[in-house]
Amino acid sequence: MTILLFTLILLAGAFLAGLLGSLTGLGGGVVIIPLLTLGFHVDIRYAIGTALIASIATSSGSASAYVKEGITNIRLGMFLEIATTTGAVVGALIAVFIPTNVVAIIFGCVLIFSALMSFRKKSEAISDDDVSKLARDLKLNGTYPSGGEMISYKVRHVPGGYFMMTFAGVMSGLLGIGSGALKVLAMDNIMRIPFKVSTTTSNFMIGVTAAASAVVYLQRGYVSPGLCMPVVLGVLLGAFGGSRLLVRVNTKWLRIVFGVVITFLALQMIYNGINGKL
Amino acid sequence: MKRLFSKHFWADKDVQQLIGKQLRVGVITSSIIVFLGGMVYLYRHGHEAPDYGTFAGVRQGLDNLPGILQGIMEGKGMNVIQLGIVLLIATPIIRIALSVFAFLLEKDYLYVVITLIVLGVITFSMVGGLERL
Repeated sequence: MTILLFTLILLAGAFLAGLLGSLTGLGGGVVIIPLLTLGFHVDIRYAIGTALIASIATSSGSASAYVKEGITNIRLGMFLEIATTTGAVVGALIAVFIPTNVVAIIFGCVLIFSALMSFRKKSEAISDDDVSKLARDLKLNGTYPSGGEMISYKVRHVPGGYFMMTFAGVMSGLLGIGSGALKVLAMDNIMRIPFKVSTTTSNFMIGVTAAASAVVYLQRGYVSPGLCMPVVLGVLLGAFGGSRLLVRVNTKWLRIVFGVVITFLALQMIYNGINGKL
Repeated sequence: MKRLFSKHFWADKDVQQLIGKQLRVGVITSSIIVFLGGMVYLYRHGHEAPDYGTFAGVRQGLDNLPGILQGIMEGKGMNVIQLGIVLLIATPIIRIALSVFAFLLEKDYLYVVITLIVLGVITFSMVGGLERL
């Protein structure tokens, strides 16, 4: 295979990843690592560097739209970014000491978790009770537009959410993914933030979190231009196409199919990790 | 109606517009640079065989900014791509820097400090990486 053909196949694969990632809300980055390692036998360290750059691209691209609509809670995002960036730097620093097959196994587990999270029923348990003094002092409570009116919400369990975000940051720095599923878990289940706000705010934070560890990976030689070029362009085009399709497609079945595919890829990553093939 | 006339409401709105625009401009500009570099790279190396099976790190000059710029002068496509990648990484970091000024304008000093802490963590990660080289 020549570099030209390799680039074109990767471009098509990344386009599909970006399209499905944006349609299902799982993000394009999660399939980039299995695509590169299992599909093209790329070393997992190059794959991590590439996925990290791809997640910065998709996060910043889609965040620009949500921020303008006023759904994203910028103060909440900024405050929690202290946790995610600290975690990401720690994750990137410890990555050197962890054998690559262990990284593959951890990656598989996070992937299965992300797939399960996408099937979860979205029950909103938000309330307007102002119970957290910390949330009040940090001005984390907010409003968001929904159907023409502004809905207000109050944030809870700030320390618990902060701790979970630090963990999400470590995973992001270690595995090169946005770990959006962990971020949404922290905001939805612990801090009781409305789903619409938590997904957009999580997406807003992914870019900064990934950038914090990307500067480490770039200097370590993990970020290869030959891989990043087709993957970044493909994922961006796919995500853009996905956002255009989103209004017309029934995502229920797509979500199930994509979830099954991801679980299968995750099991293969774990299997190869245990056998020391990655 | 009262809210529409308060200074705070508009300030918040303006900041959101500015951040949204900056993120989009950053992503589009870096994609164009990556694409142009990709064309040069494929023209020069398209017929060779890819080799990513064993990890050796990227070649000399692709892991730091002076090296990247040096290679661009020599007409290397890979270095042009890498410049686009660096710009992409910088996009959310510039967003943080913009937010410092935005919070300053709003006189929200608590968030000026919070934003500076985030910026500090990223700077630490950059400098910490440099020392290992």
